[in-house]
Amino acid sequence: MIEGLQAQPAAAPALPATTASRARARSSARIRGVLVAGVWWVLSIGLVVVAWEAAAALHLIDPVILPPPHEFIGEIRNQAQFLMPAVGVERTGANFVALTAIVASVQRVLIGLFLAFVAGVLTGSVAFSFAIVRKLTLPTVTLLAPIAPVAWIPLAIVAFGVGDWSAIFVVFVGIYFTLTLATVKAMTNVDPVYVEAARVLGARRGQIMRHVVLPAAIPALFDLVRMNLFGAWMGVLAAEMVGVNTGLGAIVMVGRSMMNMNLTFLGMAMIGLVGYLLDAAFGLVQRRVLWWRRATEL
Amino acid sequence: MAAVTALECRGVTKVWGESTDREVVALQGIDLVVGDGEFVVVIGPSGCGKSTLLKLLAGLETPTAGQLLHRGQVISEPDVDRSLIFQQPSLYPWLSALDNVAFGLKLRGVPRAERHLQAEEFLRQVGLREFARKHPHELSGGMQQRVAIARALCVGADTLLMDEPFAALDVQTRYQMQAFLLDIWHGTGKTAVFVTHHIDEAVYLADRVVVLTARPGRVLDSVTIDMPRPRSVVGEAFERYRATLVERLRAEVARAFQEQELVEMLDTRIK
Repeated sequence: MIEGLQAQPAAAPALPATTASRARARSSARIRGVLVAGVWWVLSIGLVVVAWEAAAALHLIDPVILPPPHEFIGEIRNQAQFLMPAVGVERTGANFVALTAIVASVQRVLIGLFLAFVAGVLTGSVAFSFAIVRKLTLPTVTLLAPIAPVAWIPLAIVAFGVGDWSAIFVVFVGIYFTLTLATVKAMTNVDPVYVEAARVLGARRGQIMRHVVLPAAIPALFDLVRMNLFGAWMGVLAAEMVGVNTGLGAIVMVGRSMMNMNLTFLGMAMIGLVGYLLDAAFGLVQRRVLWWRRATEL
Repeated sequence: MAAVTALECRGVTKVWGESTDREVVALQGIDLVVGDGEFVVVIGPSGCGKSTLLKLLAGLETPTAGQLLHRGQVISEPDVDRSLIFQQPSLYPWLSALDNVAFGLKLRGVPRAERHLQAEEFLRQVGLREFARKHPHELSGGMQQRVAIARALCVGADTLLMDEPFAALDVQTRYQMQAFLLDIWHGTGKTAVFVTHHIDEAVYLADRVVVLTARPGRVLDSVTIDMPRPRSVVGEAFERYRATLVERLRAEVARAFQEQELVEMLDTRIK
């Protein structure tokens, strides 16, 4: 039926070999890239650590207020009992109980983000689909969106008391409104040709929404969640500092109230590290779930 | 020309942005009959409403005045009988070639195994069976348009509406795709309405070439290409048709251009 095209399959066997070698070349280039980036990482952090340690050794800074890295990292051994979050969270595994604080904080961020994502996409979808809902809700949502997560903490503690749910609420409310707006915008921006193609293929309204608009809008929403990840992380820590007295934020405050800056700095170091790892993990998930976009954007 | 009517336009007018200050009359009083199994190519100066005509035929838009009919039924909404193939890539990037082809069947609730079986058959027809698991970004432009054609065929469309489907392809691929499209058309007996601004493409493909005027689009001429198939793109007959159409189109473009200049001149005077 299509004689003109029969030649192509014959050429196909050559293809895998070249793609394989190209993939090998690409992966070795990537490994080299990672190594180079790693060296710069070590240099960058090393520079700060060396300067800090030198300043402490030369008595330029007060080690009680600004304990040098080797001291506050040493706290992991000495002050394990202070790392134990006070209320509700149990010791996990061996002596390094800071893990329970990390788990508590991370869990709150993830639950909050997940709930906000589901709720924001749902609300946004409804607002996108029905003009009356959109016109009724968007002005309010637009006003609420710029309120920083931290600003919701007093309300959260009054409404939910001291505990997991008020921290989760802070994360949720900090991202929910923004995500609702972003959902409406991302859905409005979906290439009309995708929608028209679906209509021609017999899609009804609900089907267009589920099979076309939603998958097409998801990448932009993932981007937004990732951008707001640090904001959410900060929100949780702030909540833990002022009221929810477990988690990494609480450790920092325990250190302050006991005038043990080693503990405070150890807490801060863990906050930075865990925040970075969260972002990196999110990037990995994003690349896995949205593999097709990465490829089309190249 | 086949006796049965597949598509019919009766005095179709389409106005965009009606009763606003940016009102544009895209099409005016289009009368057109497309026979069952006929291959009609629509050409015209750019902006003459060729794409609008296809959207109306697909049922994506409704005419401001007049009627469009498909096998005697008034066209009021899209229907799987009439499938539109777009110029720009319209495959879903998150689906494999196979799932793209099977998309219409999924919408109809055909179980997964069965729709994959059917889609695979259509992919085979367009020569891409080995590429079933690939995603659009892994396929060339020509392959993507072949998948789009398979997707249209898979829902059982009897009429293929094509809006410059090969315009974005390089010349070699374009020739290959034209031959391929004729094979499909020949083998299935589908009705085809194909929009292009390439005159060679029109003469090579069409049973009949409909020439539209510059905006607002009206039917300027309808030229039946009476050449046996498969056609050769070199030769006296081909050249004659080509010359006729080029002449028609050039006269129309020149007229439109002069008119446009006149309008602009008047505009600047008024201002």
